[in-house]
Amino acid sequence: MPAPLSTALLIGFHGLAFAMVLYLISVGLSVTMGMMGFVNLAHGVFAMAGGYVLTGLMNSYGVPMAAALAAATVAVALASLPIERILYRRLYGGDELDQVLLTMGLVFMSAAAAQYLCGALQQPLRLPPDLNGGVRLGFGDVPVYDLLLIVCGALLVTALWLGIERSRFGAKIRASVDNLRMAQSIGIDTSRLFALTFALGSGLAALGGGLGASLITIAPSYALDNLVYFLIVVAIGGLGNLRGPFLAAVLVGLADSACKYLIPQFGAFFIYAMTMAILLWRPRGLFGRA
Amino acid sequence: MATARIVRARVAGAVAPTTEGPAAIERFARRHRFRVYEAVPWLGAIAAYLMFPGYLPLAAQILATILFALSADLVLGYAGIVTLGQAAFFGTGAYTAGILAAHGWGEPVSGLLAAAAAAAAVGFLSGVVILRSRGLTLLMQTLVVAALLLEAANKASAITGGDDGLQGMQVWPIFGHFDFDLYGRTSFFYCFAILFLCWLLVRRLVHSPFGRSLTGIRENVGRMHAIGTPVFGRRLTVYTISAALAGISGALIAQTTGLVALDSLSLERSGTVLIMLIIGGVGRLYGAFIGVPLYMIAQDRFSSIEPVYWYFWIGLSMVLLVTFARGGVLGLCDRLRIRSR
Repeated sequence: MPAPLSTALLIGFHGLAFAMVLYLISVGLSVTMGMMGFVNLAHGVFAMAGGYVLTGLMNSYGVPMAAALAAATVAVALASLPIERILYRRLYGGDELDQVLLTMGLVFMSAAAAQYLCGALQQPLRLPPDLNGGVRLGFGDVPVYDLLLIVCGALLVTALWLGIERSRFGAKIRASVDNLRMAQSIGIDTSRLFALTFALGSGLAALGGGLGASLITIAPSYALDNLVYFLIVVAIGGLGNLRGPFLAAVLVGLADSACKYLIPQFGAFFIYAMTMAILLWRPRGLFGRA
Repeated sequence: MATARIVRARVAGAVAPTTEGPAAIERFARRHRFRVYEAVPWLGAIAAYLMFPGYLPLAAQILATILFALSADLVLGYAGIVTLGQAAFFGTGAYTAGILAAHGWGEPVSGLLAAAAAAAAVGFLSGVVILRSRGLTLLMQTLVVAALLLEAANKASAITGGDDGLQGMQVWPIFGHFDFDLYGRTSFFYCFAILFLCWLLVRRLVHSPFGRSLTGIRENVGRMHAIGTPVFGRRLTVYTISAALAGISGALIAQTTGLVALDSLSLERSGTVLIMLIIGGVGRLYGAFIGVPLYMIAQDRFSSIEPVYWYFWIGLSMVLLVTFARGGVLGLCDRLRIRSR
């Protein structure tokens, strides 16, 4: 089998796996930014918290991975509720600068707290033995874990889309994103909706952070280091929708993976340049609404 | 209710309740005159020089960083451009001065000018491209500009030293006379003088019709378009000027410390300068003079114990500031003054 093909396969699978993680983390950010008009630079904190809970439970207490993932998702979603209530809510629709500062402050606090609680070192994700190694797939070897990430991601994405498109809760969210005042006028309890959406987004971020702990290493500076990537996904995808960030995540994931294999000396440079080009071409992102 | 509105009025100097008639006109006509309290920062700096001779290197850093915060105040506080990429210009200035000094041209003043020119060029070019955007898009674009430069500096390690930082800067004496001494006396006066000159420039700028039009653009861009203000041109001009000032600030720090590292271009740097500015108060010309010393002195005290906890406390104070004390230290002073009336 020709080498270029297997390289392309590896890049493709790795990129898609990374894209799933990016999407899970960023989708909540897109919805909260679109619905509440809140520039949330601290969204990565929830992903980081998910990663810490997962690795902590697995490494220190020997909890199986699936249970640890569920625990991390639920714990972070619950923990995000009081944060939304006390800190975020008062700044909805307010000054962008205040939002930037508040969330930047949270990022700094999270970095210090993580280092205090867990130390400065990276938290390794020790995968169960079945998930290590590769699987022979038609014309090349693919890491099992990448495959699992893609499958899990695809299932979650489908469930999320169906949920938002078909359920009453989803209809309320879409209504609030489209026209907040009208949604309030017809009796949707938007403050409760905000809290639930925020918790959902944070839980998904925690899930993404946990699942992706081997791709995006869990360390105290996680939220600051990866902030640009999460924001890029949202900015390219457009605010307040589900499909845009998905395509953006696939684009960024594949481009990132391809750059790292093919032109490592340019690293993230290409991603930033691409972001700039897309934002100049479509300031509201590929799928943003005018 | 009325007081609440006045507190929130961010127009610089318009804190006092506006009364109709000649008194108000008189106040507007005098607003650019020098006041006694404007000497306070400079007297304070000189007092610090006399009282704490052991801390002059830190004092020089503070003065240079005040200039950086002042440049951020110009775009953020006056023009209302929320930027997360001010470090792009700071770093450009620092690397320009540093590379010149490391390659045989250590003359400091011309180094500063070169740094200002390079940073202004980056500001102008990026401004032409991004300043038509607004809101989150603009925020992202400022961030991406800085990230692009950081990546470029990281990869061009042959010129910039990459991760290890720039090595071997040789800075000559100022005007061939004043050598940079170990105690930081020269550094202190150098930074003091440059900051003073730049402050005069910024002060002149914000009180000029140009500066007033910036405030107008910040407060109501639609109206400014309607009365025929060239909004894009004004924003681009102030963005370029601010970039040059940030570049000078970066060059000052590079020349006085003899070090340039990649973190001069980092998001952290852009974020902390905003934080320092907010602590003092945005859009007031003096926020930088209060916020930067507070932040940097506290950082010097606390981070010698444990740098990590420092970030926790600064993060917490940001959260508290936004939640309870909007407007920073100067905003609090205004509120106290209004309440005591």
